[in-house]
Amino acid sequence: MMAEGRLSSGIEPFSGTWTQQHMLHLLRRCSFGVSKSQLDYFSSLSLEESVDTLLNSAVAPSLPVNDYNSADLSDPDVPFGETWINETNRDNPDLVSARIVSLKSWWINNMLQETTSIQEKMLFFWHNHIVTQSWDIFWPHLTYQHFELLRKHSLGNFKELIREVTLDPQMLLYLNGALNNREVPDENYARELQELFCIGKGPDANFTESDVQEAARVLTGHSIDWEAGGTYLYRGYWHDEGDKQFSSFYNNTVITGKSGDAGKDEVDELLEMIFDNNEVASFIVRKLYRFLVYSHIDDATEMNVIQPLAEIFRANDYEIMPVVRTLLLSAHFHEEANRGAQIKNPLDFLLGFWRTFGVKMPEEATVRNRYEIRSSMLWTMSNMGLEVMDPPNVAGYPAYYQFPSFDKNWITTDTVTNRALTTDSFIYWGFWSQNVLTTVDLLQHLSERENVSDPYGLVDELVMLHLGHPVSETIRERMVGILLSGQQNPGYWTGAWYEYVDNPTDDMKRMTVEIRVKVLMQFLLQLSEYHLI
Amino acid sequence: MNRRKFLKHATRTSLLPAMLHGTGLAAFAKSPLYRSLYQSAEDTDRVLVLIYLGGGNDGLNTVVPMDQYAKLNAARPTVILPESSLLSLSGVNNNKLHPSLTGFRNLYDDGRLGIIQNVGYPDQNYSHFRSTDIWMTAADSDEVLPTGWLGRYLNTEYPNFPVDYPNEDVPDPLAIEIGYNLSVAFQGPVAGMGMVVGDPEWFYQLVNDVDEETPDTKAGEKLEYVRLITKQSQVYGEVIREAAARVSQQASYPQTELAEQLKIVARLIAGGLKTRLYMVSIHGFDTHDSQVLQGDHTQGEHANLLRELGDAVEAFTKDLKQLSISDRVMGATISEFGRRIISNGSNGTDHGAAAPMFVFGEQVAGGIYGNNPVIPVNPEVNDNLAMEVDFRSVYATLLKNWFCTDESALQSSLPGNLDLLPIISSSACLSTSIQDRNKHAGSSYVDVYPNPVVDMARVEFTGSGEYLRIDLVSQSGVILKNVIQGRFSREKHVATVPVHDLPAGLYYVRYKDRHITQSKSIVKY
Repeated sequence: MMAEGRLSSGIEPFSGTWTQQHMLHLLRRCSFGVSKSQLDYFSSLSLEESVDTLLNSAVAPSLPVNDYNSADLSDPDVPFGETWINETNRDNPDLVSARIVSLKSWWINNMLQETTSIQEKMLFFWHNHIVTQSWDIFWPHLTYQHFELLRKHSLGNFKELIREVTLDPQMLLYLNGALNNREVPDENYARELQELFCIGKGPDANFTESDVQEAARVLTGHSIDWEAGGTYLYRGYWHDEGDKQFSSFYNNTVITGKSGDAGKDEVDELLEMIFDNNEVASFIVRKLYRFLVYSHIDDATEMNVIQPLAEIFRANDYEIMPVVRTLLLSAHFHEEANRGAQIKNPLDFLLGFWRTFGVKMPEEATVRNRYEIRSSMLWTMSNMGLEVMDPPNVAGYPAYYQFPSFDKNWITTDTVTNRALTTDSFIYWGFWSQNVLTTVDLLQHLSERENVSDPYGLVDELVMLHLGHPVSETIRERMVGILLSGQQNPGYWTGAWYEYVDNPTDDMKRMTVEIRVKVLMQFLLQLSEYHLI
Repeated sequence: MNRRKFLKHATRTSLLPAMLHGTGLAAFAKSPLYRSLYQSAEDTDRVLVLIYLGGGNDGLNTVVPMDQYAKLNAARPTVILPESSLLSLSGVNNNKLHPSLTGFRNLYDDGRLGIIQNVGYPDQNYSHFRSTDIWMTAADSDEVLPTGWLGRYLNTEYPNFPVDYPNEDVPDPLAIEIGYNLSVAFQGPVAGMGMVVGDPEWFYQLVNDVDEETPDTKAGEKLEYVRLITKQSQVYGEVIREAAARVSQQASYPQTELAEQLKIVARLIAGGLKTRLYMVSIHGFDTHDSQVLQGDHTQGEHANLLRELGDAVEAFTKDLKQLSISDRVMGATISEFGRRIISNGSNGTDHGAAAPMFVFGEQVAGGIYGNNPVIPVNPEVNDNLAMEVDFRSVYATLLKNWFCTDESALQSSLPGNLDLLPIISSSACLSTSIQDRNKHAGSSYVDVYPNPVVDMARVEFTGSGEYLRIDLVSQSGVILKNVIQGRFSREKHVATVPVHDLPAGLYYVRYKDRHITQSKSIVKY
């Protein structure tokens, strides 16, 4: 069954009452789980202020460092605590692997620590759109550069982003551009540039096989220098100097062949030609919509949301921010029907747990321990179907392209079990990494709830904060029943809570509350509604 | 001799293994025939059903001590039951039952109900929550335990749980609780050792393959999908559905919540589920007010609850009989406390201390155990009934004489020297091959010898290639000693840990890596 959206709303600004529900919806879609500091920060802001904060408050992260040195492995080139991003030596595969994991866990940490900006979510969007695979490249400083490139443009100019990606060593390696030469042209990047990155495979995406071949000819010569750490290198003698003739889809454009260094500039003509096509804006806006709003686009949405946003995209010469801003402010984005209509990806799920519960790494955790904790998160999410920096293939994660299942792809009997085991373990034990246990302070989380002493109010608050969809009265009663151990009198919870608050060091009073809270949390986190945002 | 009896007999006299040997045991063991034979043999396994009376049941109005009646009349005028309304028990002069308990009266007269008087624990705690936790964990009044008594018991019976569970030997949940959540009673040292059947509605949705309704919205459609996959991932859903499907005829039950729960329990037992522990509950015993109707003390909330209890249990025992499983099912009631001797001004009673416990079943030695409580002549508002029987003695009796646990398993579940009560008639315990198989079900990553231990424990473990650590952990979950940590190859390794410096008692040796946690209990003498 496919529920048809009966929405006629479009990109006109949302004009309804701005409530906490609206705020949670906005924050869930723009970050990986809503943190307490976000709640505190945004609760006094209007919608417009909130959106502008999300779009303009990015802070550059610090550099990834050698946090991986251990008894088994010591980096001879990079001292512990210093950045490795300028290190190009890849003789020791164990070391390269450690840096890749270090880079991934560094990104995971950036997502965890993100405060008020949409930056990391947008970076994930572009990472899923313009795909590379770090294990495939196995040259982590290039992966780092690639992600910094994506970050720099994540709300910037899409055309500029594509231009830089086209000449980016990581991409030149990943889609074989580095080997593309006049004798044996490699069409890989030329194809994906059109099919996956810019034009798509929509009904109006009518570029031809010949367009792919001609684009590959344009791109010959853009390569890297393997001897110089994989830096970009234009090999003019590899460049195909002949004219390139494109199809009617591109208005029969001819790119005149150039020789010497001038051949390098043909790429700009190629991108001008591609970006002249209306399909680019529609394609990117649809993908953004699926990422930020909902998996399916019906005719009304295409007409009222996608096309007007595409028009804004074109009018602003492919600046990304005005499009995202308009969407986040729109009546359509804030339609109640769009709330909870997405299934969490593993980042939303695990990092969301971490952020919303305010999990802190143990104080005694060393730099190396922190690396271990983050890599443990990496593998945990990998068991749920997402390993950052390594989507399964060049098309990205199936949840964002696989029609008609889309985000349902995240949920299998295997991953849903792993999700439940992860939250159960967090509640009853903690999050396990090699040498330290990271625990969640549920009572602290509870004490931050306005209605903590009233079991009904508390349950309502937790439902609103943690679940993407309201629960039935039966489920609500059951949750209150857990807090009350089946008693009818809500005062028993109130009493138990205050006894604990007044005697925080009394084990018995703490355990009395904790036993019930753990069961409640386990129940809450296993509800199907917890998987929605 | 019918097939079931034959197998029962066969198991007992080792005839079955001999017979199987003749056909090639190894091949046969995997065959469906073997499994069906074994399943029938295991039908002899005993089951315990606990009924939790939530809120604290007023014992004095449940089992009335007739030699104290006059004093009760004075002490609790706003709730006292008229003498003429009370139900007499066959052969009993000193006690009568609440008029609603006709079900229990019938069971008693039939010799299938045991009443244990004045059950509680020293230093009564009057908080619902705390006292419930004490009853569920079998802790001392001033002791906090993170594991339940049944969780600890199941850990001794199925020491490898949850690694590679369910499995061919133990395909079914170890325990089932119908209610809000898995009670801390079933919390084991590593994991919750039972499964929750949310409520009867949930059960019938599962059995009849009906799904919870979702709204016809975008979010509703996603929700429906997540629910579907979640249902498919529930490993025990299928075995419950299958067990339920094997039973089509049941006796009639009253239309009450408790009866609905017990009806499900009977169906699952009769359907061949090998689960041995069930917990159901009935809430509302916290009768501070309106325990009785002002004008008619035989009516009111308490009367309704006791009627629901007695009638449901009576229907349940009839059904068990009809399903031919009554000789292997025993039931018991538990409640966090009794209520105050004197009544209050709201036709109710406040939180109290000791109270009677009920045990029922074919194998119960019917009767009344213990003396009548003694009511003071002019009771103060805070006067309570003294405890005579520690509730843990009842638990210990059930484990020892009903589940036939050995001494070390008993010590692991309920440490200390607990008196046993003569409440079970057939105390002839047979050690069955089932118990042996249960102990080996699942994969064992760690074992500890000797058990009980005095000086030095020898810990045998299997490496996983991953970082792991093995700790000696106290009952309350505190790591006392690290036995070993590091990366170990996937073969057997041995480590030792001195324990001579530890006080006598129960400990756990806990194995943990990224994926596996397993705890084995060990008793230090």
